[in-house]
Amino acid sequence: MSIEQLQTDEHGRLRHFLSIEGFRREQLLQILDTAESFAMLPGRQVKKVPLLRGKIITNLFFENSTRTRTTFELAAKLLSADVINFNIDVSATSKGETLLDTLRNIEAMHSDMFVVRHSASGAAHFIARHAAPGVSIINAGDGCHAHPTQAMLDMFTIRRYKGDFTPLRIAIVGDVQHSRVARSQIMALNILGVSEVRVIAPRTLLPADVRTLGVHVFHDLEQGLKDVDVVIMLRLQHERMDNALLPSAHEYFQLYGLTAERLEYAKPDAIVMHPGPINRGVEITSEVADGPQSVILQQVSYGIAIRMAVMSMALGNSSGEQGS
Amino acid sequence: MSNRSFMQHQAILDLIQGMARITRRHLRDKCINRPAMIGIHTGGVWVAERLHQLLQIEPPLGKLDISFYRDDFTRIGMNPQVKPSQIPFAVEDQHIVLVDDVIQSGRTIRAAMNEIFDFGRPASITLVTLIERSGRELPIQPDIIGLEPPLADDEHIRLLGPDPLILQISGDPGNRGDA
Repeated sequence: MSIEQLQTDEHGRLRHFLSIEGFRREQLLQILDTAESFAMLPGRQVKKVPLLRGKIITNLFFENSTRTRTTFELAAKLLSADVINFNIDVSATSKGETLLDTLRNIEAMHSDMFVVRHSASGAAHFIARHAAPGVSIINAGDGCHAHPTQAMLDMFTIRRYKGDFTPLRIAIVGDVQHSRVARSQIMALNILGVSEVRVIAPRTLLPADVRTLGVHVFHDLEQGLKDVDVVIMLRLQHERMDNALLPSAHEYFQLYGLTAERLEYAKPDAIVMHPGPINRGVEITSEVADGPQSVILQQVSYGIAIRMAVMSMALGNSSGEQGS
Repeated sequence: MSNRSFMQHQAILDLIQGMARITRRHLRDKCINRPAMIGIHTGGVWVAERLHQLLQIEPPLGKLDISFYRDDFTRIGMNPQVKPSQIPFAVEDQHIVLVDDVIQSGRTIRAAMNEIFDFGRPASITLVTLIERSGRELPIQPDIIGLEPPLADDEHIRLLGPDPLILQISGDPGNRGDA
């Protein structure tokens, strides 16, 4: 089964959200439009809507991530669903249970949706292939492969600040090689039809086939930032230094850290984004992270609206299929 | 059976003018001096925009998309064209005139009232609809009606717009006599 067939029903409506791959422009825009309505909710007296009342959503996290799990949990609760959190690394798999056994066990608790994070690429796809009909799977990050809701919240942020995607020039800076976020972002930006996607990184942090993703590659930060509308910084993980891909955090900052002076190479109204958590003084200075061009905290708020959109669209369509 | 135009722009505007007169009297009888108005997407907003102007209502018009409150969400899924609900005034203790284009089952109004209460507790809600038709499934009745056309159970009436406004009937008029 192709990824398109797995993620959408016969009418092209969302069933699972596993990867940006395979979606059409209008499908991604529909997710953004739906999120737009959810983004209005915090201004009201009652911040939640009754859309998923009576549904059970399970956060299945095989890899720790308090932040992502919390935004998914909040999104589910704002949709009036009930939420169960499973942190598997400390429970079943350490006792030798297989992924499928874990899934079957939780399915027996009548969960309608699984939000899956796993360190192995393809874990969410595997679960989607084996899940019972009517159960939806959302990928909350799998290995180095994809993190589609993070990419969509970034698209939402870009649209909120810049409007139309087509004239935009966007730079992604940092460890593209190990970043599931970068992969999903590049795919989404190209589907949405931006004018140029640039990646800026040392050779050791770029995948060998990076050009096939539809990007222009820069190894010099200042050159790459010239005239861009959006700068997306990636988190540098410390284990990269242990693997000898980089000499030191200090040297990385010297070459690829975003400072106020370097940001001046971008357009004057350029926005600065980061999926968090930020390493101050490694990828980015505090001056830029807390500065007027930074939209890092807005990204967090928009992440809730995007997750509400994806969850409600997938669950609405899957229960329609059951004809209940 | 094809679509048939039932009423054209100017006639609909005249109808709305009449509704404005009745609404004004209704609010006066209830001693409501400073009402606010909310239209339900999409047709209800078109009617509400005109009523809002005719009645010279002070607070800006509120617009409601009830997609997140529908009782058939688990059957038909998410509305692909959901728009943000915007209520640019405080609902708490406010007298509200709620406007829709067509009332049939009453389910849309049920959903709209639930959503309004999530913005605050209104002092009252007055319901105004351009068209009232048979088929009620909930005990909800409009206070002010523009028109009550005789329609068969299999006939559907829709407001197209916003410019020009057209009321269109589709479906089979066969058993209109029984309706």
